[in-house]
Amino acid sequence: MNKPVTPQSVGLSREDLPNSYIGRSVPRPNVRKLVQGRATYTDDVTLPRLVHAAFMRSPHPHARIRSINVTAAAAMPGVVRVFTGADLAKVCDPWVATLAHLKGMKSAPQYPLPLDRATWQGEAVVAVVADSVAHAEDAVGEIIIDWEPLPAQADMETALDADAVVIHPELGDNLVFTRTADTGEVAAAFAGADHVLEATFHTGRHTGVTLEGRSIIADYNPADGTLTVHQSTQAPHMMQGVFAKQLRMNEGDVRVICKDVGGSYGIKVHVYPDEVAVAAMSRILKRPVKFIADRFESFVSDIHARDHRVTGKIAVMNDGRIVGFDIEDRTGIGPYSVYPRTSAIEGNQVVNLCGGPYDFAHYRCSTTVVLQNKAPTCQYRAVGHPIATTVTEGLVDLAAEALGMDPVAIRRLNLMKDDAYPCASPAGMKFEGLSHHASLDKLLAMVPVERLRADQAEARKRGVYRGLGFASFIELTNPSPFMYGIGGARISAQDGCTVRMDPDGSLIALSGVTEQGQGTEAILAQIVAHGVGVSVDKVKVITGDTQVTPYGGGTWACRGAGIGGEAALQAAIALKEQILGVAAIMLQAEADALDVVMGHVVERQTGTSRLSLAELGRLVYFRGDTLPKDMPREFVQTRHFITKDYPFAFTNGIQASWLEVDVDTGMVKLLEHWVVEDCGRVINPMLVDEQVRGGVVQGIGGALYEHCIYDDSGQLLTTTMADYMVPMAAEMPDIHVGHVETPTKESLLGAKGAGEAGTAGAPAAIMNAINDALSPFKAKVFAQPFTPDRILRALKRY
Amino acid sequence: MMRVDVSLTVNGERVTRSVEPRCHLIDFLRIDLGLTGSHAGCEHGVCGACTVRVDGDIVRGCLVLAASLDGASVETIEGLSERGTIHDLQEAFVARNAAQCGFCTPGMLMTAADLLDHHCTTDRAAIREHLSGNYCRCTGYQAIVDAVEEVARQRMSMKAGAA
Repeated sequence: MNKPVTPQSVGLSREDLPNSYIGRSVPRPNVRKLVQGRATYTDDVTLPRLVHAAFMRSPHPHARIRSINVTAAAAMPGVVRVFTGADLAKVCDPWVATLAHLKGMKSAPQYPLPLDRATWQGEAVVAVVADSVAHAEDAVGEIIIDWEPLPAQADMETALDADAVVIHPELGDNLVFTRTADTGEVAAAFAGADHVLEATFHTGRHTGVTLEGRSIIADYNPADGTLTVHQSTQAPHMMQGVFAKQLRMNEGDVRVICKDVGGSYGIKVHVYPDEVAVAAMSRILKRPVKFIADRFESFVSDIHARDHRVTGKIAVMNDGRIVGFDIEDRTGIGPYSVYPRTSAIEGNQVVNLCGGPYDFAHYRCSTTVVLQNKAPTCQYRAVGHPIATTVTEGLVDLAAEALGMDPVAIRRLNLMKDDAYPCASPAGMKFEGLSHHASLDKLLAMVPVERLRADQAEARKRGVYRGLGFASFIELTNPSPFMYGIGGARISAQDGCTVRMDPDGSLIALSGVTEQGQGTEAILAQIVAHGVGVSVDKVKVITGDTQVTPYGGGTWACRGAGIGGEAALQAAIALKEQILGVAAIMLQAEADALDVVMGHVVERQTGTSRLSLAELGRLVYFRGDTLPKDMPREFVQTRHFITKDYPFAFTNGIQASWLEVDVDTGMVKLLEHWVVEDCGRVINPMLVDEQVRGGVVQGIGGALYEHCIYDDSGQLLTTTMADYMVPMAAEMPDIHVGHVETPTKESLLGAKGAGEAGTAGAPAAIMNAINDALSPFKAKVFAQPFTPDRILRALKRY
Repeated sequence: MMRVDVSLTVNGERVTRSVEPRCHLIDFLRIDLGLTGSHAGCEHGVCGACTVRVDGDIVRGCLVLAASLDGASVETIEGLSERGTIHDLQEAFVARNAAQCGFCTPGMLMTAADLLDHHCTTDRAAIREHLSGNYCRCTGYQAIVDAVEEVARQRMSMKAGAA
């Protein structure tokens, strides 16, 4: 039984057994409850003595709270209690979101409700708890706050000026973090280059717009001193730790339960002050308190992202070789760094990822992360990737244009060679194995470039302007503790899975990774069914309960399949070994001569069934008296997995966008979109494709429509879905997805992440396609979203 | 606060309640009746997550007042599921993974069923246009369009076979 286990020995690529599920498009078992309206989102949960919270939010971007009068509010019908920041500070400690490995990073303490000052419009300031949401909201309207409006620092560009409003005077200035990567001889390389191209890129501040708002019920039971939290979250164990620490409890006394989640995309992996306030209020009231963010609250208090201005230069030689990149990034993150991941990571990722797909020697990139009086920003799907990809691929296209080169040719020349691995990028990212050229080949087999170019030329004669744009990218997945843990954050990079066989031979798999709709539970069921040797419908996967599942990090940074999946595979293989060991004793056979196939212990050579797992279960669980005394009885195994050799498992891919720009209206019509990505071993092709497509459309949202627009004073103007536009069905193109598979050797499963690739590359492909369409006019756009207004301005139509 | 008595039919069951005049249909369904399959996404009539049927037509549950529904017949995803009237569409959504987080799905199914019942078409552009009042943040829509197209094809061929 101690032969080394290899991907071949567990049949990861074979389709010869009926329970070979790796690589098969098995439908998700949990979709059926979704289509029947039988899911359980947090707002669907109700508890005895439940009360509802509503928040008074600051109407000012920056204002001192002179006094709060809650007398009238407290007298409103149904009101149980009104809480201020001072009330909650008695039971809840503040937090500071910094990471030790981000040198020099600073931020200010944040309370569930502020004590004396609001620092963004929409910050929760006072809470009302009442017997219904309507009554709580009615009472919020009766709270009287005597505000002293203060000057606001809305503009990130002036946040470090001498006359800037310093948002937290104790910090000295508004600088949160700055870092410069500098390798090679950038100045000399640029001086010696044949061409240097420069552009300034803006990525518009936008947000995730989870259709289900942030949702929480906190239920403190004073009798046993436990806090049970029902929460729509990506990271139940992290939140367990946060609630325990901030409310001064033991982790074991806090249970976080997360059933169905109505969209997360990174929005629901952060600590939100109003949600911590709900837990604190339950602690004080000793009864369950529910809060469901409405759409206005989502727009003003969910994390925003991507508020970057990046000035970039590329140096190239006449033969098309890229010599180097020189890039300067600035980002405004709101008044606080968000706990516990911090708001410096996005800028740090820009430094890590610019130029990522290419082979070049000279690299300088700096990020400057500043405070401002707008909603806090933090990690949203594909953190930093769409920004870095937009800058890199925009500059590569500028270089191609200057050289008269085809956009495909310049990429072909400069993309890292497929046999170059392992290697590192100039930014210091370590690559185990990527497939840029194989991916480009595959893309070119899918995209009819010649036909599209002919169509483009013909259409131009009719005054129709179409464009084709490409974007190569790398994506960071399967993070190790190098992402957060080494900086002191209590965020688990490892994850665990327990697999148990029940008496009827069915399997229960308990996993620390979570289901957000991406199909985690489906792929875990496939992996466990494959690993043990049962039909996939015999596997029940349980996630989202800190009291039940092994400790783990949850869902973020594309780690569910690569980390959680490997833990499940290892646990399944270990359980199979136990099953075979017990069966061998009972059958008086060698374990090596047996296998488990479709729920039966079979002879490995002939496939003949010797014993069903149901019979094995019956005998072991109920008739242990008939079995040898010293025979092991465990049909349960737990394994944890963490990556060790590489800080991250990088993936890669390339996208192409084909679109039409109406030069009279500035409207962009998306015609077709292609993606080839390499996420290592594909466990369920349909689910991977759907992750890619959903990711592409969120990238398209940022590129064309989505924008949190503030006025100069710091007031958010886009606070309804009528004002903040998201992609709709009619505007979206069909998206063709292809795969190259370069499994990571860090795990048996070989899976890397797939959920962020679409979002990472789509905006750059669209930008390059628009600029290709506009090329007859010598017009270019670099500021997202690429609205009709911006396109018409670029065309000098007004 | 003043209350209004209403008697209506919800998924075939007679329901009599006293409601506040400001109570929206979506809150009435979710809070008063425990029909949590319909969801409130934007409360502005934009996102479509609260789409339900009133007297056979699809409406935004967040824009209709419960007090206006005396004598009406309301159908929600729970009712359609139990009656089996959109079983083919639901199975197509499962097979094609046309739902990820599922929050938009009941409303999306209501709108898709409305298209299939009244203007059945396999034209993808027409399907996309009809679904444009229902936002999905997860799927990118293609799988949903595929599923609706597939069911439209099945239903049209069944109709042709029956004729």
